[in-house]
Amino acid sequence: MNPAYRRHHPKWHRARMPIFWWLRKWSYFRFIARELTSLFVAYAAVLLLVELRAVGAGPEALARFTAWLRSPPVVALHVVVLLALLFHTLTWLHLAPRAMVVRLGSRRVPDVAVLMGHYGGWLAASGLVAWVLLR
Amino acid sequence: MPETLVLEVRRYRPEEEAEPTWQRYQVPFRREWMVLDALNHIKDHLDGSLSFRWSCRMGVCGSCGMMVNGDPVLTCATYLETLLPGPVRVEPLRGFPVIRDLVGALTDFLVKLRRVQPWIVRETESPPAQGEYRQTPDELAAYRSYAQCINCMLCYSACPIYELEPGFLGPAVIALAQRYNLDSRDQGREARMEVLSEHDGIWACTLVGECSTVCPKHVDPAGAIQRYKLEAAAAWAKALLRPGSGP
Repeated sequence: MNPAYRRHHPKWHRARMPIFWWLRKWSYFRFIARELTSLFVAYAAVLLLVELRAVGAGPEALARFTAWLRSPPVVALHVVVLLALLFHTLTWLHLAPRAMVVRLGSRRVPDVAVLMGHYGGWLAASGLVAWVLLR
Repeated sequence: MPETLVLEVRRYRPEEEAEPTWQRYQVPFRREWMVLDALNHIKDHLDGSLSFRWSCRMGVCGSCGMMVNGDPVLTCATYLETLLPGPVRVEPLRGFPVIRDLVGALTDFLVKLRRVQPWIVRETESPPAQGEYRQTPDELAAYRSYAQCINCMLCYSACPIYELEPGFLGPAVIALAQRYNLDSRDQGREARMEVLSEHDGIWACTLVGECSTVCPKHVDPAGAIQRYKLEAAAAWAKALLRPGSGP
């Protein structure tokens, strides 16, 4: 090799990812919010189990539990939980067509139809629960 | 319409500086100009030392991807007019080490791409005399959208998971694996599944979805990954219920 030349040894620059990367874009923030609201889903599941235990323990335990549910701080908390659950559910349902490719014969079912199918299932399940609770 | 526009370009000259810096250039504004035209104006008339990749100027080669005002785009397909009044910030694609100025090192992608065997794998090759492997239009349609990938790396720059976990195979590699898996002529699905089912494969994806949003060819890598997850989970359940039948 010509002694006037020297090998090129590039010193690559590697940028560090900032801690608040999820504030860069609305879509990143929405993603983080969707992941974090799964904690509220867990809370709702635990709440349901506690309620079932109260039902099993008799009318007195159920009355105590219902009174706790009706206290203003708990109502306020559960309004927040409900909003978080709605956000989590809606963002997940809107991702469903991306994961599911449904075919009818050789034709692919449009994303809107897959999404509507999920909403329909959600509505049917909610209706069933409402019927069980309110009949 | 303004007569000129300011471009703020990320410069990195490893022989001179340890950290990248910003450099401002004033370029003429032309309605028909793309960001790449402005960069070429800088290169040709203002500063010949500026380094960046480009080739076809028509959104096919996938080499001119850069961050423009924080978004990964093909600079040959982004009108300056849409970025008025400026200044327009141009940076190298996020998530890749920078070799110089706007040039990123894509070695990691190329190494990972090879692992999923992005070509038609046959258990046995039929002799050429028997003719080509034929496909119906429906069989072509099954993988066609994934075959549009031009390896522009915009999806990697949009994916925070790739930046957080550099071991992640990434959107384009998985979409290209899907392209061959869905090809009726291919028989390499099981070999690819072994790579894709690893910790750094499909399961590292948490479905941010930005990879599909920024894809200039509407490939939908996020969809490919989620479909793979369904398929892998179904194969696992099948193997659990009927031992010996799974992958």
